[in-house]
Amino acid sequence: MKKVFIIILLALIGYFLVDTVYNIPFGENRIGSIESDHPTVAGYYLSNTVEKSRVANVITAIVVNYRGLDTLGEVTVLFLATTGIASILYRRKEEEEDVERLSLPSSMLIRTGARVLFPIIALLGIYVFIHGHLTPGGGFQGGTIVATGFLLMLISYKGFNTNHNIMTWIESIAGLSFILIGVWGLISDNTFLGNIPEIGKLNSLLSGGLIPIIYIAVGFKVAVELTGILDILLKIKPNK
Amino acid sequence: MMQEEFNEIFVKYHEIITLGVYGTSIALMLIGLYAVLMKKNLVKIVIGLSIFDAGIHLLFVGIGYIKGGTAPIFSPGYENAANRMVDPVPQALVLTAIVIGFAVTSVALSLIIRLYKHHNTAKIDQIKSLKW
Repeated sequence: MKKVFIIILLALIGYFLVDTVYNIPFGENRIGSIESDHPTVAGYYLSNTVEKSRVANVITAIVVNYRGLDTLGEVTVLFLATTGIASILYRRKEEEEDVERLSLPSSMLIRTGARVLFPIIALLGIYVFIHGHLTPGGGFQGGTIVATGFLLMLISYKGFNTNHNIMTWIESIAGLSFILIGVWGLISDNTFLGNIPEIGKLNSLLSGGLIPIIYIAVGFKVAVELTGILDILLKIKPNK
Repeated sequence: MMQEEFNEIFVKYHEIITLGVYGTSIALMLIGLYAVLMKKNLVKIVIGLSIFDAGIHLLFVGIGYIKGGTAPIFSPGYENAANRMVDPVPQALVLTAIVIGFAVTSVALSLIIRLYKHHNTAKIDQIKSLKW
């Protein structure tokens, strides 16, 4: 009975979704002329990013510069998620002592492979977040790639422990540098997270002023936070 | 030459491509909703939420697409291609949404772990203390 109701409900939702979405023609140009005096939001971003921000990647310019405050909120949400998980899965000191990571002893093949792959994965992640203003990708993506490298190490070596002090320091410094760069923009440009785009030339590593620096900070922060989440989740004790 | 060929194919199969993109995203949303409404296991409900998320992201990026458009990156060789770039705003929004989705999923999973430790089950119909 319940199943029938749910299927009817889903059919209704599906019908109205299809009805709405199919009124938007796929592949049609909705940006309009980017040279007009009153461009759309996307048209404004596409026509002004190169002159005003000196960044090749328009999405990076939107995420870090035009909607920089939004990204600061996003980083805060990620930080709160990490803190929330740590407090939800909090263990007392005496419980801590006999904690063992859940992973089974892994075979030699995985251990050797992880040791070879870990530096390469970390290098790829760092490449992605340093080149966030030139190529697809950026701080969040690069940080996630670095965290997958740590995940590989955590599941293949039982004794692999992340240093919590260093991780906390990296996280704090990365988060603080984001806010300090924002305050710097407040001083020099009268807007929070205002940019200094005169540095470097387009399509070189040194371009876009403060945008790459912010994205590098975001990359470190995301990598450390995701590694922390994985570390907490892997240290859960199985029920006896 | 390549561009003309692409346009020809795009116009010829426009309805199938539309169905492919919009239909897939709506189907993903419905599958996710079905899992959220029907499944008893909390982990499966969270998986359903993730599938729902994926459908919404696909729909956003699909709406932002422009026929024959390139990525909105002014890389060498594409400095003057601003007229045929896809909409960058939905892509930036989806980038935010993915990160928030990750945070929600991880917090939900940790709550499930706590519930499982407390009740020794992850099925919502067996957690009796929630009823009153």
